[in-house]
Amino acid sequence: MIVELGHFALVLALSVAVIQSTLPMWGAWRRDARMMAVGEPAAVIQLLLVGFAFAALTYAFVVSDFSLSVVTANSHTDKPMLYKISGVWGNHEGSLLLWVLILAVYGAAVARFGSNLPDTLKARVISVQGMIGVAFLLFMLFTSNPFWRMDVPPMNGQDLNPLLQDPGLAFHPPFLYLGYVGLSMAFSFAVAALIEGRVDAAWARWVRPWTLAAWVFLTIGIALGSWWAYYELGWGGFWFWDPVENASFMPWLLSAALLHSAIVVEKRESLKAWTILLAIMAFGFSLIGTFIVRSGVITSVHAFANDPERGVFILMILGVFTGGALLLFMLRASAMEAKGLFAVVSRESALIANNILLAVSAFVVFIGTIWPLAAEMLLGRTMSVGEPFFNAAFTPFFVALALILPLGAMLAWKRADASRNLRSLWGAALLAVALGGLAFAMQTGRSALGPVGAALGAWVVFGALTDIWSRTGRGAVAVRLARLTRLPRADWGKMTAHSGLGITVFAVAAMNAWKVEDIRIVQIGDTFPLGRYEVTLNAVNEVQGPNYVSTMADMTVMRDGAQVAQLFPEKRIYPVAGMPTTEAAIDYGFLRDIYLVIGDPQKDGGWAVRSYVEPFANWLWGGAILMALGGFLSLSDRRYRVAAGARKVAAVGVPAE
Amino acid sequence: MKRLVVMLALLASPALAVQPDEILPDPALEARAREISRDIRCPVCQGESIDDSVAPISRDLRIIIRERLVAGDSDAEVVDYIVARYGEFVLFNPRPEGSNLILWLAGPALLLAGLGIAVATQRRQVATPEVELSDSDEARLREILKG
Repeated sequence: MIVELGHFALVLALSVAVIQSTLPMWGAWRRDARMMAVGEPAAVIQLLLVGFAFAALTYAFVVSDFSLSVVTANSHTDKPMLYKISGVWGNHEGSLLLWVLILAVYGAAVARFGSNLPDTLKARVISVQGMIGVAFLLFMLFTSNPFWRMDVPPMNGQDLNPLLQDPGLAFHPPFLYLGYVGLSMAFSFAVAALIEGRVDAAWARWVRPWTLAAWVFLTIGIALGSWWAYYELGWGGFWFWDPVENASFMPWLLSAALLHSAIVVEKRESLKAWTILLAIMAFGFSLIGTFIVRSGVITSVHAFANDPERGVFILMILGVFTGGALLLFMLRASAMEAKGLFAVVSRESALIANNILLAVSAFVVFIGTIWPLAAEMLLGRTMSVGEPFFNAAFTPFFVALALILPLGAMLAWKRADASRNLRSLWGAALLAVALGGLAFAMQTGRSALGPVGAALGAWVVFGALTDIWSRTGRGAVAVRLARLTRLPRADWGKMTAHSGLGITVFAVAAMNAWKVEDIRIVQIGDTFPLGRYEVTLNAVNEVQGPNYVSTMADMTVMRDGAQVAQLFPEKRIYPVAGMPTTEAAIDYGFLRDIYLVIGDPQKDGGWAVRSYVEPFANWLWGGAILMALGGFLSLSDRRYRVAAGARKVAAVGVPAE
Repeated sequence: MKRLVVMLALLASPALAVQPDEILPDPALEARAREISRDIRCPVCQGESIDDSVAPISRDLRIIIRERLVAGDSDAEVVDYIVARYGEFVLFNPRPEGSNLILWLAGPALLLAGLGIAVATQRRQVATPEVELSDSDEARLREILKG
């Protein structure tokens, strides 16, 4: 009964979404306040209905209602409760419902909290958001209905893919979707502004928090996924340039570009056309990501295996929304004329360089991802594009971005004195080179990757610190320290996010350059060296878990005679899903992780063991957390969003507007 | 049930792609073998390299690579040997030749185009004032015009 109500709520949500997407838009056209006012309750009702449908599906998973085909295919009575709930979005249909739910959350949020928006703009934004809702509700009801009943319900389910039964992965999709779908807000604002025929500083100020929020959620979602891959897949890797990873990375790069270019629109009324284009493309790439994950056209380790009918439907959604928006973009070119002029050396130029590099990076990821598909369709060649290509083709652009970041972040608006800024960055540059040299001296005969990564990361981090310190102006250190605490949160957000990027750059280079790997057969009781550590295999036991059987090794890690850690790497078999998984045992440390994996028993009685020392692994997640934190700090700065940065321009002697 | 579990346990362990018995005694040769196998795609998997894959064919390929290296082949010869048998599909790093040049040059080309457009746009806006003015006058004028 509850399931039927959920299904019914979904159909009702569709009809409400149709009203939400038409009446306010028409009302904004006719300047009819009553029709425009329909948008707000419609968006809220749509949220309530989709929310009810989601709750109904969650209920079906919790009580293991195997008359639903989705529950049968992805759940089991023995599964722990957390994974019964995360199983709701651990499959195509349920995750699509989560997608639509989050879409409705954003729609309702702008309806409830968008009271500072002009009526017509607000009505149009809600309406465009409603249109996206209509498209995805249709998609769900016609091709991927989560409420489909089985003719003959089975006694028990087929269990969720054991790899997905993991706390990290339980929360990875919701964050990722908050990010993906959050970009729909940037899109809706862009389309609404184009229909309105007005793109100005106020528009940028409204759209920036939504983009920033989406970017923060994407950052968290990607980091969670990467962390999960690191500890769950048992290869010690964290990023594989898999099409599905790329699908989330492209919107991340573009939304990072968007939130920087929106600053230029907000403060200088320049870059309008480009910002609108980015807003359209960022959401377009979210949709392309959805297509890649759900169509099954591009093979990937973790795509939802799917049928082409769904792919065609998503392509149609992609075509209608991005195609329509781009058409509107061309028709409204006059609305986007730039106002603020700027010199070659200025913050504006630096942000343009940032945008070009981020957009080119995203494009490289995109072409690498679709090249196998394009080559097969156009050239009849079956090809692969993988990690070595992306490492070679993507990295240079990102290195260039990190190189210009500290200087660009400090340049003044309109017309900057680069040599003056460079002088204050001397210290940062010197520290970076010194740290790179130190890394080079400490490593033994390996590639330049580690030292270069250390120097680059340090340059970005110390550059960010120099930047915030320079904001305190001149005077005694104590006075400047006092000023530091009074700086707006946005300044702190910028510093935190940029430092996070620097730390991430360093950690990526360090993990690639300095990882120690060891693969060998170990007899029970034997000890083997791993870098500066000694590892002993004490025992291997069979352990019964709630819905799996585990082969658990007991290993001790020693250094200079002292015990560092006792670790229990596991190999699990999930009998229902008929699938083995590895559970690496990791001793997390500040400077390194020790990462142990137990393999198969050997004929002569020993066990295959794979072990790693992963240097600075925690810095990678730490860097991502800092980036997200920086975003949150900026979001919490209301003053920054309301009053533009005239103060900063005045500080370097250029008249404020 | 117990027997089924034991059978599954013996089937495959996803974590150990490179098995200890495959590893060459010479660390330099082994390092080259690992380097090569990271760039070769497992022909039957979904986007895994033979270095990561547990499929039997990946194990065969890893052993072939090591045999060729022991026989004295250069890295390029080993890769050619595998491509000749399994086609360019197994190359994760498409060779920068022929139509693949599009793939490799797309990024740099877009960068140049982007820079070109940015410079052209910048020139156009700076060229707008018709009279030559000193920098400070120009800045002041802009302020006044905008004010």
